[in-house]
Amino acid sequence: MSEGTRICGIGHSVKRKEDDRFIRGRGRYVEDVNLPRMLHMALLRSPLAHARINAIDASAAQAHPGVVAVVTGKDLEAHKLAWMPTLSGDTQAVLATDKVRFQGQEVAAVIAEDPYVARDALELIAVDYDPLPAVVDPFQALAPEAPLIRDEKEGQADNCCYRWQAGDKEATDRAFAAAEVVVKLKTHYPRCHPAPLETCGCVADVDPATGKATIYMTSQAPHAHRTLFALVAGLPEHNIQIISPDVGGGFGNKVPIYPGYVVATAASLLLGRPVKWIESRTENLISTGFARDYHMEGELALDRDGTMRAVRVKLTSDNGAFFADAQPTKFKAGLFHIVTGSYDLKAAHVEATGAYTNKAPGGVAYRCSFRVTEASFLIERLVQNAAYELGMDPAELRRKNFIRADQFPYRSATGFVYDSGDYHRALDLALDKVGYAALREEQERLRREGGDKLLGIGIASFTEVVGAGPAKDYDIAGLKMFDSAELRVHPTGKAILKIGVQTQGQGHETTFAQIVAGELGIPPEDVLVQHGDTDNTPYGLGTYASRSTPTAGAATAVVARKLRDKGRKIAAHLLEAAEEDLEWHEDRFRVKGVPEKSVTIQDVAFAAYTNPPEGLEAGLEGVHYYDPPNMTYPFGSYVVAVEVDRGTGEWKVRRMVAVDDCGVRINPMIVEGQIHGGLTEGYGIAAMELITFDEDGNCIGSSFMDYLLPTAWETPKFETYATVTPSPHHPIGAKGVGESATVGSPAAYVNAVIDALAHLGVRNIDMPVTSAKVWEALQRAGV
Amino acid sequence: MEITVTVNGTAETRDVEPRLLLVHFLRDVLGLTGTHVGCDTTGCGACTVLLDGAPIKSCTLLAVQADGRAVTTVEGLIENGQLHPIQEAFKEEHGLQCGFCTPGMMLVAKALIESNPDPSEEEVRWAISGNVCRCTGYTNIVKACRRAAAQIRQAEVAS
Repeated sequence: MSEGTRICGIGHSVKRKEDDRFIRGRGRYVEDVNLPRMLHMALLRSPLAHARINAIDASAAQAHPGVVAVVTGKDLEAHKLAWMPTLSGDTQAVLATDKVRFQGQEVAAVIAEDPYVARDALELIAVDYDPLPAVVDPFQALAPEAPLIRDEKEGQADNCCYRWQAGDKEATDRAFAAAEVVVKLKTHYPRCHPAPLETCGCVADVDPATGKATIYMTSQAPHAHRTLFALVAGLPEHNIQIISPDVGGGFGNKVPIYPGYVVATAASLLLGRPVKWIESRTENLISTGFARDYHMEGELALDRDGTMRAVRVKLTSDNGAFFADAQPTKFKAGLFHIVTGSYDLKAAHVEATGAYTNKAPGGVAYRCSFRVTEASFLIERLVQNAAYELGMDPAELRRKNFIRADQFPYRSATGFVYDSGDYHRALDLALDKVGYAALREEQERLRREGGDKLLGIGIASFTEVVGAGPAKDYDIAGLKMFDSAELRVHPTGKAILKIGVQTQGQGHETTFAQIVAGELGIPPEDVLVQHGDTDNTPYGLGTYASRSTPTAGAATAVVARKLRDKGRKIAAHLLEAAEEDLEWHEDRFRVKGVPEKSVTIQDVAFAAYTNPPEGLEAGLEGVHYYDPPNMTYPFGSYVVAVEVDRGTGEWKVRRMVAVDDCGVRINPMIVEGQIHGGLTEGYGIAAMELITFDEDGNCIGSSFMDYLLPTAWETPKFETYATVTPSPHHPIGAKGVGESATVGSPAAYVNAVIDALAHLGVRNIDMPVTSAKVWEALQRAGV
Repeated sequence: MEITVTVNGTAETRDVEPRLLLVHFLRDVLGLTGTHVGCDTTGCGACTVLLDGAPIKSCTLLAVQADGRAVTTVEGLIENGQLHPIQEAFKEEHGLQCGFCTPGMMLVAKALIESNPDPSEEEVRWAISGNVCRCTGYTNIVKACRRAAAQIRQAEVAS
């Protein structure tokens, strides 16, 4: 066994270190935190989508045995806490004072000795509402006569939340004017919800003696949340400690700051006791960050021979009552302008308009880097429809227009610089593994025979943009999107790594230790990875948008290299050799040409504390803040084969072949696991996940009985493969993978269903593609 | 009212409110926080425990309904200081990510393997279809369940 194998650095499927506590039931999630004298908070939420509040009478609740306090917006107003900033530069009501603007909005809070009592008392609060007309559709919201939702906002005369564009309008319009073929697709990427299995919550503990606020919180971005807390509450930042312990899934849902966190903290401050608030599932689904809700009109301009020229998109986004997406400041529709996808398009233009509606705020990136999922879906759907229009094979049309491997780094028409890729290789591998030609033959045969079964083959060849991001372009609420790592190697050669990002199941405690192992030769089991506690980790923007490996992963590699550089000086001292005569080999410095003359990293670490060379600072530790030079661009090709029942519209995935290229894979086992999860959430979005509303703004999809998630029974079986095209600018060549499969797969599933029906003239079914909708499409087609 | 529930082999007698849910009895009264609450409506299975050996969702059962009966939670899987083969298999096959569904999944797997020592992939998928996982896509959970079943069969042959 070579040292490299023993050390298990990059490329090894090391079993996860975090599993040892989870399989014993010894994870520590926020709800597991119980503190002495802790109180429990429950929130009263609005039953109406839009209504003026005339009065709130909390006296009966206040008098209820076991109730310690009732808090309303008026109470918060006295402390200037009734409103808070969002991560997208808007404001959001903490507890409503003037109006309620969506069903489920926070109106009052009960703090009681017991969680059951807190909920009992909610029913004793009387709120006098004056109902107002609800606006539940963005087009209705943007119409001139629409009721004004954000009437409290200075200078806000309509329901427009933002207008934004990207790309070159003139060049794009010219390309369309000259185009031989224009393919159009109008589709709604529906509102869905990340629905992590653990809901949101916190335990706020403000120490009356010191004023220190310790807040255990379901947070994907603890440092950013600390800063926002300091700004909102006016608490000194050094006196706020946010601890995001084990997090039961995030998927973007735990990026925003929710009113419950703020109220619980204010209540703890006022009462001098810890306050716990844990959402119910219904609260999570109706009030916290939903995803998508994009109405998209896309057009693709092509030559008759299939050469793609330009893409043009008009977007209308439904942002709900408050703009709380958490998008980077410059990019109101996130990174949707990655809509040119994997194709060499010379012109592109995106025009986006956001609307306030009487629906819950959000638009968070559900396992997705800032609207990349919507963009990828649109271009991949357009390309398939273009193939039908031209009478070309969808795979062939893609191959003809892919950015070639020799074109990287490639500047896209909307200004991204794709770092690396080999799109032909990924698609060819997927087609080969699925047996594409044979499937097409079978499809033809089934159509000819006219039986009950139709076969459809859907492809998606996606390109993502992740790892936000370079400080010159990317910030959230002004905070630049670098990330950080601090590494301390102890005298015995064991180490502790502290990172600014926060795991929610991605396995950072293992993979980040492997990065250290790869750079310094300290085995992963000897590296403790800490994260999620703002007092004990360097500043960082958190984990979402597949940014942990591209940013904090890079910081980890760089800080380890800094320590190695220092270690070289110590090794030279120990070996009585010149630094330039030493070479690094896996876990040791060797004298060049005399490999048996060596010192290990453990020897070096011990000497750093016991025998440092004269003039060298003692110790072996460092910190690095990494500002990425560019984003990373993971890609892949997915091919799905579905069987559609012509009589009932039911569809079933027969094959799902996924080829992913996320650059260098730190831990292939964990990468595969991430892809499985994303393919499943992508399937859920394509097939069943839907948060919808009636005309009065009542949320339909407020429990897992109505908001459907895929179970093991309907989840397809996946066949996963890899190609590896390293990122040229990332220290270890990795790109990030957590979201590739959710970004790429919905289009593959939908394309497959449409493909089964394409010979009947069917070109679109909006997600979720339920069997009822497929049946209707078949009916319309006269089947 | 006073109830006695045998939890992981130990008789626990407590005076509880009649409306107390079993999951809160386990978590808040006994401090066994390995059982999680994911949906409060029997929809996700995070709160699954074994009641007299059968998987049930403890978020929609009253603690008083468990009076006189035996409950097994994730904390009870370890026997004589040894991990249960199901626990080992979940780690070995990377059958968990965030860990929130894991206790419920492992308990369903235990009940399945006890009634069906050699479940097929389809049988595993059906058995765990009342338990939602948002992270893994189930692929490795299914592998873990079948690996555990094989381990248990082997151990029985050996003994």
